[in-house]
Amino acid sequence: MKEKVESIRTSLNEDIKSVNTIQDVVEIKAKYTGKNGLVTELTKGMSELSIEEKKEFGKIINELRDEAFKLILGKEEEINNAILNEKLSKEAIDISLPSKKIKRGSLNPMTRITEEFEDLFVSMGYTVYDGPELETDENCFRKLNLPLGHPARDTQDTFYLKDEVDEYLLRSQTSTAQVHAMEENIDKGPIRIVCPGKVYRRDEDATHSHQFMQIEGLVIDKNISMADLKGTLETMMKHVLGEKTEVRFRPSYFPFTEPSVEVDVTCFKCGGKGCNLCKDTGWIEVLGAGMVHPDVLTMSGYDPKVYQGFAFGTGLDRMAMFKYGIPDIRTIYGNDMRFINQFDRKDEE
Amino acid sequence: MLLSKKFVSDYIDLDENLTISDIAESMTSVGNEYDYAGPLINATKLITGEVIECEDHPDSDHLHVCKVNIGSEVLDIVCGAPNVRKGLKVIVALDGAKLPGGEIKKGVIRGVESNGMICSIAELGLDNKFLKPEDKEGIHELPLDTEIGIDGIKALGFDDEVIDFELTSNRGDLLSILGMAYELGAIYDKKVKDIDLSYTSNSDDINKSFKVDIKTDDCSLFLAKKAINVTIKESPEFIKNRLIASGIRPINNVVDISNYVMLETGQPLHYYDADRLGDTLIVRNANDGEKLVTLDSQERELTSDDIVISDKEKAIGLAGVMGGLSTEVEEDTKNIIIESAIFDAVKIRKTSKKILRSEASNRFEKGLDPKRTYMAIERSCALLEKYADATIVGGICEYNKTDMNDTVIDIKLDKIKKVLGIEISKEEVISIFEKLGFTVKDNGDELNVTVPSRRRDIKIVEDLIEEVGRIYGMDKIEGKLPELPTIKGTYDKTKRAIKHKLCDLGLNETISYTLIPLADAHKFTKDEFTEVSLNDPMSEDRNTLRYSLLSSLYEVYKYNKDRNIPDVSIFEIGKGFMKLEDGYTEELKLAVLMSGDYELDIQNTKVDFYHIKGVMEELLYFLGYDNRYSLLVNDLIPNELHPGVSASINVNGTNVGIIGKLHPNVTKDNVYVMEINLTKLLSIRTGSMKYKDFSKFPSIYKDAAFIFDNKVTNKEVLDVIKKAGGRLLVSSQIFDVYENIEPGKKSMAYNMVFSDPSKTLSDEEVMDVFNKIIFEVETKLNAKLRG
Repeated sequence: MKEKVESIRTSLNEDIKSVNTIQDVVEIKAKYTGKNGLVTELTKGMSELSIEEKKEFGKIINELRDEAFKLILGKEEEINNAILNEKLSKEAIDISLPSKKIKRGSLNPMTRITEEFEDLFVSMGYTVYDGPELETDENCFRKLNLPLGHPARDTQDTFYLKDEVDEYLLRSQTSTAQVHAMEENIDKGPIRIVCPGKVYRRDEDATHSHQFMQIEGLVIDKNISMADLKGTLETMMKHVLGEKTEVRFRPSYFPFTEPSVEVDVTCFKCGGKGCNLCKDTGWIEVLGAGMVHPDVLTMSGYDPKVYQGFAFGTGLDRMAMFKYGIPDIRTIYGNDMRFINQFDRKDEE
Repeated sequence: MLLSKKFVSDYIDLDENLTISDIAESMTSVGNEYDYAGPLINATKLITGEVIECEDHPDSDHLHVCKVNIGSEVLDIVCGAPNVRKGLKVIVALDGAKLPGGEIKKGVIRGVESNGMICSIAELGLDNKFLKPEDKEGIHELPLDTEIGIDGIKALGFDDEVIDFELTSNRGDLLSILGMAYELGAIYDKKVKDIDLSYTSNSDDINKSFKVDIKTDDCSLFLAKKAINVTIKESPEFIKNRLIASGIRPINNVVDISNYVMLETGQPLHYYDADRLGDTLIVRNANDGEKLVTLDSQERELTSDDIVISDKEKAIGLAGVMGGLSTEVEEDTKNIIIESAIFDAVKIRKTSKKILRSEASNRFEKGLDPKRTYMAIERSCALLEKYADATIVGGICEYNKTDMNDTVIDIKLDKIKKVLGIEISKEEVISIFEKLGFTVKDNGDELNVTVPSRRRDIKIVEDLIEEVGRIYGMDKIEGKLPELPTIKGTYDKTKRAIKHKLCDLGLNETISYTLIPLADAHKFTKDEFTEVSLNDPMSEDRNTLRYSLLSSLYEVYKYNKDRNIPDVSIFEIGKGFMKLEDGYTEELKLAVLMSGDYELDIQNTKVDFYHIKGVMEELLYFLGYDNRYSLLVNDLIPNELHPGVSASINVNGTNVGIIGKLHPNVTKDNVYVMEINLTKLLSIRTGSMKYKDFSKFPSIYKDAAFIFDNKVTNKEVLDVIKKAGGRLLVSSQIFDVYENIEPGKKSMAYNMVFSDPSKTLSDEEVMDVFNKIIFEVETKLNAKLRG
């Protein structure tokens, strides 16, 4: 019996060497471990042996059987792996070919900058207010302390509607939102708004467009001061133009604020060292602001003895021009796809 | 306003080491911006000299070879001026001199060495308006007693420095040298010197022979004095030079004095030739249609808004704006009536806008201090006596309805702190007011401040607070964030979400102009409305407010296509405007335009109707209008759209917009557009997102293809399928269209999904419904199921 086992083992080890295909595996399985295979027969024959013989040969027969299965299955796996690898290598692609483009759209840079302002102010509890672009002279000027014939009207050459001179106009400043916000606030309580939007003036060159965008801010409460205004503008300018931005107040005059200030920021081109953009001053004028004039409060139903507040207004186009380095405002309104497409990614925080 | 340093130094002693930039910067810090601060003449290395020899250039028919003694040496200079000659005192630009026209360098001119240039006034960069004809033709001839070897600019009296201020419109007081002196006095804590108003009057009285009659409320103060036997001649150098430094052209001593006094005091004056004026001067409003020939020899037609000066018969001048030709001071004038008056600022502004904006009208518009009106007429008399040999007639014609009182304001220290947000002591506040020349009475917590009438801009407490802030330094205020309750900020989330959604769909956002040509106002819409036009457009291209955004987007498309960018997929959200019976309205609109390649693959995909329809559906789905919209072919489709490739968009029975291809009459290109009235659409409520249970049992899928007449639409088929399918049909959609499968016929194939939320459907149950669907489609739409 020992000899028999040994001879099957020898022949198995010999046969396995020539197994190369799945078909060979099928054949060798049939020869050794199949229903009538040599190893199977040997195992079957065990039942005919005596107890002593079983004790003597059972172990070596089982060992042969385990060895046969291990050898054949190992070979089968080896062949299957080879087949899979061949298939995978056939499936390899040229990863350098162009991708399937997912169409990518851009928000307008003006929308991006507007949202930056909005997000900051919303986080500070402001409401973003949307006022009408077609306005009355009353809301745009008279209720902002600019009666007809006021010299300060010269700085805003206004588009009046046909047959409506001194009555209806395209708003020349988002400051009209102050009037709306105060009048619509029925309990005449605190206000915190910003109003971004389009404004229109009869003016057109590289830095002026007859249509442009401003953002107005208004905060009214009982203890709002110029210090609050300065802190708010510092936060705003750092948010939009970078943490290194400093803010400078210069006294100025606007009919709807008293005191009034012009606000400069450190030149973002030279960082304040002085360059052609800031005319060597290190500062760039970016907005006008001040404490809401008591007459303006009164005209919209607020008691200036109880309430005071600040207002500011700045050009969003100018901010976008500064932030992105756009030299000519007309580029913004040209809507060239090569312009808009440049603003299609997340900006660095 | 040009401020001459020499001029203002007549009234305030500025520290000698203050540079012109120091002064300009300190003025900026108190709110007075400037455009320029520097020397009046931007030229270097100029020196006076004497031409001691002058011979013709051997090799030229117009050049001269000169020897010029500049004190330290004698220079050989070639000069081409026709007036150069021996004995002249001249200005020499030395080697290396920087003139506005360039740098002067030693050189050889046609073989002769030249070591500099003899200058004309024009070459020094003086504004053209100050140049006399001889200044343009030849070199400048200095007075023969001029010392040689001294600074050339100084010899001319142009050694002045100027600041060109851009003043705010409330500070009319700074349109005067005196006002500037007070402002500088507040900054540098210096007193302003008195102005010399002294002169001698004769024993006569103007009122005996001259009468002023004010017939309008638009004149609140009118003063007249008479100066006789004046000598008209050239003004003294200092007057001429101060005028030039202030940007005003010297004419003759009398005219110059009126301008000089205006510059000093801010009060415009007018001088009449007394003999041509007659014995009466009337101030009144013009009659509508009245005509007047002004100084510039133009005939003007006037309205009752214009204020005129008139004699007994007719208007002779436009008050505050422009004199009349008939009574102007001329070379032969002997006797003068001096007018110093205050006219209504708004009326002057209106008239001057129409006719001429001048130094005078600018000052009237900003408002004047009545005390200066008196000061100016006295100063005028003093200078006429001194520099025009005038005899001043006694007495004054005086009409005064102004309030001459100073403004008095009570202000609480706490209010100053509360508005500025600073800690400041009472002593510092008082000191600031005193520097400004205000008088302060200390009443404990409250200060009683008297503001001189020259500061007409200060009327209320807040104005005084601004003064404190200005002098304290607005920039010294320490910023802090307002201490306010934490509340929720809000913004228009829907508008923002739409923009982001459309970007995600691959569209670029444009922002185009609201103003379009009137001719385009009713394009791209069938809506009936009255357009809104401008009264004073900058051009005919931009004279009307758009109602539809589509004409703008089409312009954007054309702009890009002209630049070889044919792939344009864009959207814009903006207002559309229209006139109502009483007033105006604006609505929020969304417009989309798609053309060219819509990049989805390496093989680019040309945009067709179904792309833009996809954008529409994606947006309407996103906004919550899924299953609530339909496309209708009706009479709302604009003429600019292809009638067979367009539809109106209907949501819940409301028409909200249009979609389609541009008509071949508009463009031969394949351009697709859509416009949705967001104001209308978003007023249709959608309900909030809610979880709906879905079937836990398997769904069964069935396909069916039918042959239809070509005219049957997908929507008609789906409507029949859905109705027949009932509650077990959870979805149905077309997956294949095959046109002209036989003449006049097409095949459309549908995929249907059946499911029951409460149990697994049996084949029998599904087949019952499926067969019903087939039956209904076949009978209702005259269709045939394909085998």
